[in-house]
Amino acid sequence: MEIKKGIGVSPGVVISTAVVLDAEDLLIPERHVPAGRTTDEVSRFHQAIEVSITEILRLRDKVAEENGKEIAGIFDVHVGMLRDKSLLKEIETEINKLQTTAEYAVNVVMRRLAQRFQKMSDRYLSERVKDIQDIERRLLHNLIGQTHYDLAHLARDVVIIAHDMLPSQTAALDRAHVKGFATDVGGRTSHTAIVARAMSIPAVVGLGDITNEVNTGDIVIIDGHHGVVIINPDEEQLAEHQAAQVRSVAMGKTLAELLHLPAITTDGHEVALMANIEVPQGIDEAFERGAQGVGLYRTEYLYLTREDGEPSEEDHYQAYAESLRRLKGKPLVIRTLDLGADKYTQNRASSPERNPFLGDRSIRMCLHDIPMFKRQLRAIMRASPQGDVRIMFPMISTLMELRQAKMVLYDVMEDLEDEGVPFRRELPIGMMIEVPSAALMADSFAKEVNFFSIGTNDLIQYTLAVDRTNEKVAGLFCPAHPAVLKLIRDVIRIGQRHNISVSVCGEMAGEPLYTLLLLGLGLTLFSMNGPDIPEVKKIIRSTSLEHAKQVARRVMSFDSERQVMHFLREETRKLVPEAF
Amino acid sequence: MTASKEVFISNIHGLHTRPVMKFVDTASRFKSEIKVHKGGAEPADADGKSVMQMIILAAEAGTPLRIEAEGEDADQAVKELAELVESKFGED
Repeated sequence: MEIKKGIGVSPGVVISTAVVLDAEDLLIPERHVPAGRTTDEVSRFHQAIEVSITEILRLRDKVAEENGKEIAGIFDVHVGMLRDKSLLKEIETEINKLQTTAEYAVNVVMRRLAQRFQKMSDRYLSERVKDIQDIERRLLHNLIGQTHYDLAHLARDVVIIAHDMLPSQTAALDRAHVKGFATDVGGRTSHTAIVARAMSIPAVVGLGDITNEVNTGDIVIIDGHHGVVIINPDEEQLAEHQAAQVRSVAMGKTLAELLHLPAITTDGHEVALMANIEVPQGIDEAFERGAQGVGLYRTEYLYLTREDGEPSEEDHYQAYAESLRRLKGKPLVIRTLDLGADKYTQNRASSPERNPFLGDRSIRMCLHDIPMFKRQLRAIMRASPQGDVRIMFPMISTLMELRQAKMVLYDVMEDLEDEGVPFRRELPIGMMIEVPSAALMADSFAKEVNFFSIGTNDLIQYTLAVDRTNEKVAGLFCPAHPAVLKLIRDVIRIGQRHNISVSVCGEMAGEPLYTLLLLGLGLTLFSMNGPDIPEVKKIIRSTSLEHAKQVARRVMSFDSERQVMHFLREETRKLVPEAF
Repeated sequence: MTASKEVFISNIHGLHTRPVMKFVDTASRFKSEIKVHKGGAEPADADGKSVMQMIILAAEAGTPLRIEAEGEDADQAVKELAELVESKFGED
């Protein structure tokens, strides 16, 4: 048995058989063919190209339908490469020159290309080496006629273990039988994480070398709640997690019945449960879980999936307009770009920052690149007449920043007015409270915004000085720390005093352990990942507001996170025994 | 018939995949052979109809390019391709 700790990016527990992808590259031996036979090899090669193109086009259409044209664009590049006459000629020449098999020539030429890509100084281009590998693998599989694991048609349930999922692999997945993911690399915004959340299956990423430790056929437990993967578990582990799996399935059934019921306490106090989304398509899934709107639209995904790094105003606009169409009048809180301090931006930066989490990220980055910031704001304003759009600035740490951001927004409004473009001037403007300085100054900020949204992940990280992706200190990262709770309590109170709405949109909002507490502190708007909504709703419907307030008062008297967690677990269990 | 024109890459990201796809799509509509010569510190040549060669050029913003065409529609090809590059591939 082996236990590996990574980052849980999609909740749930699954026990299943592993399928390991890309554990090793295909080994292509150099085999010679008689001089007269090279033409056969060339025609085999052309057939493989045709089959590959057909496959990719089919994938592209599937992905375009499910995830939008933006993401599907990558497959156009693959087709473009496979239709590249000079590339085809190079491989044909290699077949004839070396008198070798088509697969060997493909292997030689594509490896040569991959090396050239890897050497490029432009980070974006050097990462395209993945596309070269993707194409090579596809061609080789078609030549060898062995699709080593046909992920589109699985006979039974499996979990996928991979270095990192390639877009073409996730697109082709047999969604009925894939029950979880575990990958070597990745973070919350990685492709794998987003796909897993959309499929509502557990996923753990950033495991380091899980592909080396698991063999296809091994029994694996993936615990997306705790970011843990257990390889070949012993009986005790198995029993414990089987119980957890059964509980989560049973809970799932009762939760489905809650779908159309309001999130209302037994004494008639109703709160709003909203969803956090990454792509407009996420809205449908959120509705299926009972979301009453979108409390946090993470627009970073527009940037992360772009081929060329930066989306145009039109790209932004299309995404927002589509979201509003799907929302049919329900609210959409758009958080402006919140990148920085991640692999994506650090890779692109001319000089990596020494301390990126305290560096040029989020609103700071936007205020350093006004043209980019304006593109997004223009798109939001242009979409504003089409529904209930609200705009939210992330990572605000000083009043000046907020005022600057608002100035840029007013600039954009003026431009649009001059151009005669319609927009909704009175759209609500809010800010994230995720830096302690903002939480402590909430009283001043409350006079200048229409709403607050507490981003607990960053608020915890900055308050406790803990990077939770660093496994040595991740244990110190805890929403229950009394210092964090005090900040949250005060921000909610200040919001009430100024009569502005306060929500929590961090992971804490979706964790059942904290539902009673947040409710008791007076929170009226929770925003979370869609799959978490039913469970939180169940707890809200099981308590009175009065009881929740008592729980909160008691919690605020504790001085250690252990006491807080223990007490909350006991209290929640009393109300909803199946919750833990 | 031959034609050629010097242009500068002016979109921020240079010849990334999306601009390359647009360039190659446009070039492929012409019968003429299209060559692209990259100037600057690391000069290189590419077939203007080859996605792979064009990406490998790795031409960043500010790089001079000479677009050359040879064939019956060379003039029109150079004109349209130059316009595409100068319009920043319709991106910025």
